[in-house]
Amino acid sequence: MKPARFVMERPRDLAAALSMIAGADGATKIMAGGQSLGPMLNLRLVEPDRVIDISGVPELRRTDRANGSLVIGACVTHADIEDGRVPDVANGMMARVAAGIAYRAVRNRGTIGGSLAHADPAADWVSALTALGAEVEIASRARNSRRIAIGEFVVGALDVALAADELVTAVCVPVLPSSARWGYVKHCRKVGEFAEAIGAVVIDPERGRGRAVIGAVEAAPVVIEDARILFGGAIGPSFAERFDASAADALLVAAGMSDPIDRHVHVTVLRRAIGQASVQGSAKVLDAA
Amino acid sequence: MTDAVGPKTPQGVGARLPRKEDERLMRGLGQYVGDIRLPGMQDVAFIRSPLAHARIRGVDIPEAVRGRVFTAADLDDVRAIRAVSGLPGFKVSEQPPLATGKVRHVGELIAMCVAPTRAEAEDIAASVTLDLEELPAVCDMRAARQPGSTLVHEHWGDNVFLETFIDTGIAAAFDAPIKVTRTISTGRQCMAPIEGRGCVAVLDHRADQLVLHTATQMPHVIRTGLAECLGLEEGRVRIVSPDVGGGFGYKGILLAEEICLGWLALRRRHAVRWLEDRREHLTANANCREHHYEITVYAERDGQLRGVDCDAIVDSGAYSAYPFTACLEAAQVASILPGPYDLPAYRCRTWSVATNKCPILPYRGVARTGVCFALELALDTVASAAGLSPETVRFRNLVRPEQMPFDNITNKHFDSGDYPQALRRALETIDADAVRARQRKGEPDGRRIGLGLAIYCEQSAHGTSVYAGWGIPMVPGREQASARLTPDGGLELRIGLHSHGQGLETTLAQVAHEILGVPVARIRVVLGDTAMTPYSTGTWGSRAMVMAGGAVAAACRELSERATRIGAHLIQARPADARFENGRVLGPSGEVSLATIARTWYRRPQDLPADVDAGGLEATSGYKPVRDSGVFSYAAHAVAVAVDPDLGEVEILDYVVVEDGGVLVNPLIVDGQIYGGLTQGVGTALYEEMLFDAAGQPQASTFADYLLPGAPEAPAARIVHMETASPYTEFGAKGVGEGGAIAPPAAIANAVNDALRPLGAELRHSPITPRRIVEAVLAARSVAAERKAAS
Repeated sequence: MKPARFVMERPRDLAAALSMIAGADGATKIMAGGQSLGPMLNLRLVEPDRVIDISGVPELRRTDRANGSLVIGACVTHADIEDGRVPDVANGMMARVAAGIAYRAVRNRGTIGGSLAHADPAADWVSALTALGAEVEIASRARNSRRIAIGEFVVGALDVALAADELVTAVCVPVLPSSARWGYVKHCRKVGEFAEAIGAVVIDPERGRGRAVIGAVEAAPVVIEDARILFGGAIGPSFAERFDASAADALLVAAGMSDPIDRHVHVTVLRRAIGQASVQGSAKVLDAA
Repeated sequence: MTDAVGPKTPQGVGARLPRKEDERLMRGLGQYVGDIRLPGMQDVAFIRSPLAHARIRGVDIPEAVRGRVFTAADLDDVRAIRAVSGLPGFKVSEQPPLATGKVRHVGELIAMCVAPTRAEAEDIAASVTLDLEELPAVCDMRAARQPGSTLVHEHWGDNVFLETFIDTGIAAAFDAPIKVTRTISTGRQCMAPIEGRGCVAVLDHRADQLVLHTATQMPHVIRTGLAECLGLEEGRVRIVSPDVGGGFGYKGILLAEEICLGWLALRRRHAVRWLEDRREHLTANANCREHHYEITVYAERDGQLRGVDCDAIVDSGAYSAYPFTACLEAAQVASILPGPYDLPAYRCRTWSVATNKCPILPYRGVARTGVCFALELALDTVASAAGLSPETVRFRNLVRPEQMPFDNITNKHFDSGDYPQALRRALETIDADAVRARQRKGEPDGRRIGLGLAIYCEQSAHGTSVYAGWGIPMVPGREQASARLTPDGGLELRIGLHSHGQGLETTLAQVAHEILGVPVARIRVVLGDTAMTPYSTGTWGSRAMVMAGGAVAAACRELSERATRIGAHLIQARPADARFENGRVLGPSGEVSLATIARTWYRRPQDLPADVDAGGLEATSGYKPVRDSGVFSYAAHAVAVAVDPDLGEVEILDYVVVEDGGVLVNPLIVDGQIYGGLTQGVGTALYEEMLFDAAGQPQASTFADYLLPGAPEAPAARIVHMETASPYTEFGAKGVGEGGAIAPPAAIANAVNDALRPLGAELRHSPITPRRIVEAVLAARSVAAERKAAS
């Protein structure tokens, strides 16, 4: 279990990174923490000619507030978010999600941008950031940088809308209004393991709006952009009591989830995430399942 | 009854001494195979079969790498591994170290590549092309028994290594008022010690020896097996087993890889190394367990057992592993299924079945984990059918202390113990009443509480008579130990078995201290090197403390007698008036220390008596227990769980182990053995399973797919010791290495079933995964809904 031979490059700034990516001939892989790529290299599941390690690029480790969003550099680690080195704009949701990713050694090296670009359907950020309505910022040497919603960026399992010369440079998380509540539940077989099912919801009962995500499905997560359909058409103060499991089940059927046990588990997890959101703000301690 | 034996001296038998070896192991200073660096050493990568069953039409080796790739055609002077059982009807498999003709499981070795680094060796492997003609594979042990099945070994005519049958008269039980029948099975597992297998082979021209440094539990047996396969005199082979990072049975077999490396080293002027990686470990080597039971239990309405009738199949995989053979599990199932119970009637038929999977290997608990799972789950269904508590059924049938020693229905000789007492203490310690009260009350979060019990007894340190009956390549006889005093009064012990986590460097020193009084810190224990130690069959079968402990005691007693004669002379006493005590020889007119006696023998021989024993202060003694049929340790496990019926998650709320391993040499180390075994048992119960698809492809190749329990999943168990001395062994010790891993799957499954019984769901296959729980709960709900609709 040793990787095939490859050339390793470590650009010192963003411009150099983008040049290397644009100028690369042969198969190139970008390493932003290596927590998934490392094992894949060792297993020879990927045999790139060149690996570009961007973890030392200072521009990618910055965090800024801009236009109602928090812009988190792609190479900010899960541990940075878990430990609060990144400002909280999501009423605690980001830190909570980060703390549940794999185990600490992975969180120390794994990065938010790397996780999104890898797009493992079972990854936490893919579901959680989609529920938060976050966007990714993408740069290349040839074109102006662009932003797209994560729901559009992740197009399938391990598949993202990223051209060969492009790099994810940041994640833009909108500042959550204080009236918004969130719930995040993942079901996995043991501590730190990949999720079998994820339910992520962000609901604002004051505005009667919400977004829900059913994640850890075989493909890109099932995104319910307007969550009112899960609650009989409206989101009110007692939304959790009005959760319509059959509506969620129908969405999963439509998404191609044919196994009734899988659907039962995913709907249960979504129900619990909604339950978590509904008690938020009360004295009840929120423990993920 | 049970007597707690307190430590006589702070370092001797019974002392909770921290482990001597941890000083180096915990500081990262241990030396494992992977730490060995020899000049010019090159690495080996193997080319393994990607198919479960195929004919080898050719191996295309590119010109550029010729001379660095070897196939069976190169190893034409090497003999195949043959692990034959003398049990009647056993069919022999020939396992060539590199496949010839056809491959019979994914991962079977086809070629060996050697290069300066492992990565380069893997590059070479990737450049070689295999021409394989795929054959249909048989990967289900029940399908393998059907007429017309694909044959793993064509000339056998079927796929059965061995069939056994025992019937003591089951027909007498047929009129019992309660009869329950269940299909119960355990998943195939991988053992997963922290350190995988690995070896470094080198030719020592000075000693004219092939030296194989290998992570093994049984250096002397590997020497015999390796010499036979390579056609060498045993004297030309030396096996060195350095620090070993866990064995659990996986390091108690001769590997084809060891033979290949030995062959290669004989032809090279440099050392060669192979370190198993985790993918090889999971997909190609470390398979274990996988039993299937059709079990029927007959009982009276009061829970009294009338009989047990069982068909058991074990999926032995493609080849018979050396030295324990392919029938190690199934043949034992027949003899140990009755467990700790007094059964009036018993019938059992077993099959060791060959399939296109890697060979099944012994794993901590060997057949016992599966047997305990089958019987203890079945007993809970008896209790449920009779409307009795699970403990009532067990109390009614456990062998009672006044029956000891007891010969059970399969002629197992239980030497001593109080089985009902262990169960009673387990129920008290877990506070069964409180758990059941909580269960009745219900949980606010909708989870369901369950209480599970399991009890087993385990034959440990079984010896010559048992293994001679099986007729396998290795029969343990007297275990030997050498003890040598150094000129400055220290002690060296040399024993041929090995320590790979058991703490034997500490416990064997404690035994020597008990006899000779030498401080443990001044006792060196040398293990695992055939050039330095007496022959031993190695560490397996929970035998090391009983057998090597007994041998160390015998050798130290011999030394104390010789020292007493020298000492008596030095203090001018008649030998009959002198006695040995706490490291000194005492007489009517004075005393002399062991250190002075040692100095006299080595450095002032002019002061020795004329008739001194010429053997001096070095003695090798052999030992076996008074009876060699094995001594029976046992334990009762009780566990409380909370089960989430919608997601299938199981939380262990409390876990109690009440165990009796006879007199414990070091209770601290025994606790460690139990915690470790228990954690592996939790893996068997809830997490670990190696699945195969219909084509025989293993479905897990990393720990992302093969789930092991981690620290958060290890229960904070409470351990209660009972210490019933065995009447047959030195100090009354029994074996305790494996027991922790035997009962947890049964106890946890019984707890989950206790929690889910009101829903009508029952789990009968380990591991009990969340998906299996949800599947059972949803199936039970739909049955209930149909019933409701129909009524």
